[in-house]
Amino acid sequence: MAPSRSATSSTRFLLRAVHSTAFRLQSTPAPQGHLPGHPNSPFLTSLEDSFFDKVRANAASSKSPDGRPGDGIPTYRLLDGTGKLLEGVTEEMIDIGKEEAVRMYEKMLMLPAIDVILYNAQRQGRISFMMTSHGEEGAIIGSAAALALQDEVFAQYREMGVLLWRDFPLDLVMNQVFGTEGDLGKARQMPIHFGSTKHHFHTISSPLATQIPQAAGAGFALKRTKGREDNVVICYFGEGAASEGDFHAGMNLAATKKSPVIFFVRNNGFAISTPASEQFCGDGIASRGPGYGMLTIRVDGNDALAVRSAVKSAKAKALKYHRPILIEAMTYRVGHHSTSDDSSAYRSKKAVEDWKRIDNPLHRMRNFLTDRGWWSDEREEEIKKHYRSEVIAAMGRAEKRKRPSLSSMFEDTYAEIPEHLQEQRAELARLVHLYGKSEQWSKELPKYVDEGKDLEQYRRE
Amino acid sequence: MSASSALQSVARASSRLPKVHARGLCSTKQLLQPSKLLQTTSNTSASKVASSSRLTTNPAAFTAFLPSATRNATSDAKPQEMTVRDALNSAMEEEMLRDDKVFILGEEVARYNGAYKITRGLLDKFGERRVIDTPITEAGFTGLAVGAALSGLRPICEFMTFNFAMQSIDQIINSGGKTHYMSGGNVPCPIVFRGPNGAAAGVAAQHSQDYAAWYGQIPGLKVVSPWSAEDCRGLMKAAVRDPNPVVVLENEILYGQSFPVTPEILSDDFVLPIGKAKIERAGKDITIVSHTIGMNYSLAAAEILKKEDGIEAEVINLRSIRPLDIDTITASVKKTNRLVTVESGFPAFGVGSEICAQINETAFFDLDAPVERVTGADVPTPYATQLEKLAFPDADIVVKAARRALYKN
Repeated sequence: MAPSRSATSSTRFLLRAVHSTAFRLQSTPAPQGHLPGHPNSPFLTSLEDSFFDKVRANAASSKSPDGRPGDGIPTYRLLDGTGKLLEGVTEEMIDIGKEEAVRMYEKMLMLPAIDVILYNAQRQGRISFMMTSHGEEGAIIGSAAALALQDEVFAQYREMGVLLWRDFPLDLVMNQVFGTEGDLGKARQMPIHFGSTKHHFHTISSPLATQIPQAAGAGFALKRTKGREDNVVICYFGEGAASEGDFHAGMNLAATKKSPVIFFVRNNGFAISTPASEQFCGDGIASRGPGYGMLTIRVDGNDALAVRSAVKSAKAKALKYHRPILIEAMTYRVGHHSTSDDSSAYRSKKAVEDWKRIDNPLHRMRNFLTDRGWWSDEREEEIKKHYRSEVIAAMGRAEKRKRPSLSSMFEDTYAEIPEHLQEQRAELARLVHLYGKSEQWSKELPKYVDEGKDLEQYRRE
Repeated sequence: MSASSALQSVARASSRLPKVHARGLCSTKQLLQPSKLLQTTSNTSASKVASSSRLTTNPAAFTAFLPSATRNATSDAKPQEMTVRDALNSAMEEEMLRDDKVFILGEEVARYNGAYKITRGLLDKFGERRVIDTPITEAGFTGLAVGAALSGLRPICEFMTFNFAMQSIDQIINSGGKTHYMSGGNVPCPIVFRGPNGAAAGVAAQHSQDYAAWYGQIPGLKVVSPWSAEDCRGLMKAAVRDPNPVVVLENEILYGQSFPVTPEILSDDFVLPIGKAKIERAGKDITIVSHTIGMNYSLAAAEILKKEDGIEAEVINLRSIRPLDIDTITASVKKTNRLVTVESGFPAFGVGSEICAQINETAFFDLDAPVERVTGADVPTPYATQLEKLAFPDADIVVKAARRALYKN
């Protein structure tokens, strides 16, 4: 049997070539394998040609619309770096009206408005911790805009924008971050670890990637729940978290159990100080999708409209074919990993500034809107001022609020409060009753809502 | 029930006889659904009897499971027995019938009927929607189960052994155990984690560890460690119905062990409270506390102490690791003044250590001797049979520790 093709470079081997080779060989029927792993795998006799290390999407053109040469998995994109439609992109492909487009951009401005103020608040010691989304506004808002409110969200930590899209109130953002009695989570979680059942946003879990198999489980539950058959799950994580064991476990589970989940990877180039080039050797995270039999797309994460379009299509496919979809959004983490990080330690300020200039999701969206007469400089000034004052006002309100009640700290370990915690609560009630008016305590108690008086009902004599 | 209606019942039942599966599956539960089978009678005790006829799993004894045969069996006061395996199986089945949201997942639980056959017959009865085989990834399927629980379903997540659950311990503890608290009470996680725990036979270090102390430490989890068929039925049902995440630590060696069961134990709503221990053997001279397979050694030791030393030991079956029923132990120690704890887990930071510490707080002045801990040896479990035997407690060691506490060594 002749070798499959005359390979010039023996280490590059495209699966597409394998399939076309097999087709050619079909004309002289070749014996096929019977192995259960892959009964249709064609046979090759060339050893060098049998090795491969690249996964390609469909045989796409290697020349992209803006003329850049390409290799590896191609990236879906609708707008160029300045926000103009790429050649060949039509209005149908964009498929967006003024109201939604403007709303997207406004939320893309709201996110950094909050980020900047809360980042500074942390620096001033007013909150303990903060993570910003600078540079990733397009990926977050674009994906959120493609989904319904009832689509379940499992996030990592840089997805506050999804909540903002779903009109999560600023006051609740501030209450969570400042740990006040107005927080839905009773101030149990560290800042930006949001959760809201009403907004279908699952409580953020700190260990990375644990949400990935859980998202597969939520998708499984949606399929079986009356009235939720048109909903999907979206699961966000970074390219660094995709190295965790839970990523591989969760992807495989979602695929084998046919969970309607959109796995959305924010490949933002950094995992704290670890650059993507050191995080993995394959072609990004997208190359892993086909390994799990998962429909995969790589998208320009800084093109909010392309992200929206990809997620919309992914949702439709996930529901129609009962399969999970992997979306790798290529973007750039402009800010530090968190307030515990100073990224100038591992990348130059110039590199960051260059990125902000060359490929800015906010600029691209703004230009797209302005070109259509849907936006103006005045509106930009106006809304930025508006958000800034709203955020500062909300922060001021939250900062003045009290901490959750003293008795609340004993609750929710279990669905019902166990006896030993009831005893401890009663003991605290006894002490507050006895010493509440002492100088030290009388200064401390007013910091809690109800000032410790909520304990009185639990006192045992 | 009249003769004619009994015949009607039998006829109705035989038309619903399940096909005896090639693998020797035999289900009598559908045959003898009490409410359906005995529609013609209001005799409630007869209905309980019918459900209790699911006693052995020997297909050859199938014909014995006709209502008339069962009624005769109960009328002669012969105690009925049930294996731990069947106790767990029947409990899960009843809970799955009761609540459509309950489902089982894990490795080999469906088509293989369970690595230890605990889920035998359930795929045939409930189908792929409720009994799900997963790929080999504890992190994956535990995470999936947790995600499903956070989304409103009630999964029973089986680990082939709890040794492998270490590969998904973050999902169990950080997500399963803590989410209700971290979400401010908004997001419950009604999940059951179950599987064999602790000593097995001849499977060495990575298949024999006891995790009672690991899970027992976590606020947010409930942990039960059943011993008898009664324990297994009552605690498994309680675990499935509990809105909190519950870890059910079974024991592989006990799966085949039979225990007496009453009609009450076999009833659909037989639920034991989580957090209450049971005094299996009353006594006055010394308290022996144990759980799961340790109960076998403890009861055997109690017999030896009685026969050889005239000592009446009170043997307490913990049933729950978390919450720990320290009140029952305290009351017993106040009576006997001496305490021996028995477990197969490693000695350091173990269940016995916790009991010692708490008794120190609740009954220090009632102790006439230091608390004795009988535990597994502080080595990874060896393989060689004799070495393995030396690595775990037995009745003689419990007797020795008891005698030390009684100043009789």
